[in-house]
Amino acid sequence: MAHLTRLSGRRLVAGIPTLWLLVLFLIPFLIVFRISLSEVRLAIPPYTPLIAWRHGWPSLALHWSAYSFLFTDPLYVSSYLYSLKVAAVSTLCCLGLGYPMAYAIARAGSAWRSLLLMLIVLPFWTSFLLRVYAWIGLLKNNGVINNVLLYLGVIHHPLALLQTDFAVYIGIVYSYLPFMILPLYANLEKHDATLLEAAADLGARPWRAFLAITLPQSLAGIVAGSLLVFIPAVGEYVIPTLLGRTDQLMIGRVLSDEFFENRDWPVASAVAILILLLLVVPIMMFQRLERRQLEGAA
Amino acid sequence: MRSRALVARGALVLGLVFLYVPILSMIVFSFNNSRLVTVWDGAHSPTLKWYAALIHNEQILHAAWLSIRIALVSATAAVVLGTLAGMALARFGPFRGRLLLAGMITAPIVMPEVITGLSLLLLFVATEQLIGWPKGVGAVTITLAHITFCMAYVTVVVQSRLTGFDESLEEAAMDLGARPTRVFLAITLPLILPAIASGWLLAFTLSWDDLVITQFVAGPGSSTLPMVIFSKVRFGVTPDINALATIMVLLVASGIAVSAAWMRRRQKLRERDLQLAAAANL
Repeated sequence: MAHLTRLSGRRLVAGIPTLWLLVLFLIPFLIVFRISLSEVRLAIPPYTPLIAWRHGWPSLALHWSAYSFLFTDPLYVSSYLYSLKVAAVSTLCCLGLGYPMAYAIARAGSAWRSLLLMLIVLPFWTSFLLRVYAWIGLLKNNGVINNVLLYLGVIHHPLALLQTDFAVYIGIVYSYLPFMILPLYANLEKHDATLLEAAADLGARPWRAFLAITLPQSLAGIVAGSLLVFIPAVGEYVIPTLLGRTDQLMIGRVLSDEFFENRDWPVASAVAILILLLLVVPIMMFQRLERRQLEGAA
Repeated sequence: MRSRALVARGALVLGLVFLYVPILSMIVFSFNNSRLVTVWDGAHSPTLKWYAALIHNEQILHAAWLSIRIALVSATAAVVLGTLAGMALARFGPFRGRLLLAGMITAPIVMPEVITGLSLLLLFVATEQLIGWPKGVGAVTITLAHITFCMAYVTVVVQSRLTGFDESLEEAAMDLGARPTRVFLAITLPLILPAIASGWLLAFTLSWDDLVITQFVAGPGSSTLPMVIFSKVRFGVTPDINALATIMVLLVASGIAVSAAWMRRRQKLRERDLQLAAAANL
């Protein structure tokens, strides 16, 4: 009897969150997929019904028009490619800045370490939107950076910094830097210093020892941090809208515009499905790493 | 000093400057008299007039109150669901549906927000057609959406805390005949309480801050604070938003300072207890 209640108790503990996520996470994706195969129409809701009734029998009416539209209009293809480029460049910049930062924190004394980690995480607790907004004030034509450079005599005319690719890179690196640093730190902190000492004893120069030992050992941290930046950056909406170009949109903005401005739900859904197809491999990689990390500790 | 350490320290200082300069500039310019925001009006500054304007801005106050209520409910529900999921993943060993649950936990964390937002709205539209619920979108649908993405984060926090602890205490209690509920309340819950607390804070912050998902599942009359801020700053810089940002930064910074001091005090007390115990053993 006790055994039975324990089993059903376990079933409840695992079952409630599973049920919640099935209904509010998995099923919604199936609906998005289904609507991407509908056609737009002037009605509420603005798409052809999911199930059509033919002679009293339900039948599926599938339309590929949303997808063929995406592949024939160069606007969409260029937005996809542009988003991939922005996400890739930003991820590399994040890694370039974040790796030495994580390395310095991992090698700092233990009293410094917790303070430095807190300084890295602190901005994350303040509003993401407001931190991106702060860059408008810095990058504007009469903004802080231009004013300082003009005052110092470095430049004589204000630089156009806002609404450029550069501004989007800055915004993404700025917002996602903690996500790069934390997994790298968690990895670098565990490294065994004796390996490096052994390499030094055998006459390896410090940089050589770093390239031969530290870098390959930290590969898991590099991959985890890069995925945590790259995947959300591809679909980023706020940063390119506030800081980015107006002549070249990122794909997250295109999806949102199709939905809210054009009210074309099937095309918006098709855009979402294609972003997912693009990201399915990186997302699976991230899940495997995460699982190994969470369960490897046990 | 070796060149490698020098490069790393240089990058660390540069990175910290990069992280804090924008926040500091927002704080400084919140006391600026000029409407131009980035031009310092030395004659009439510092001033508190943007703070005064903020207190009288009904729209912002109303939106902030809505955001607080949504964040309180979402964080609390997300902690309950996230703790259940974290327990199941960390303690139940292999069970049917484990892979499915683990997958649905990590996916929302990296998923681009536009996709999550769109899919949730389409779900609500579909259920309204099928069962007549919910009647339009608003605070309720926003809360349901926030619970869903917040619980994933809580699960990860709770799960990693639980995997750090060995199960022998729970097993011993079980062997002594304690019922599972009792074991949970007497042993597991106190162990994971710090994780639950930080999970709740994380969930509250994420809900309070979310813009993209919220925009999809919000209706007329249910504008949260990030939505109001976004519609204001989309068309340029406004000084009262600087004042708002300053207040929020100060609140967060003091909250973190208090919790750090508390943790330190607890650490010191524990060290003293250990010393006393060691002394008693002599």
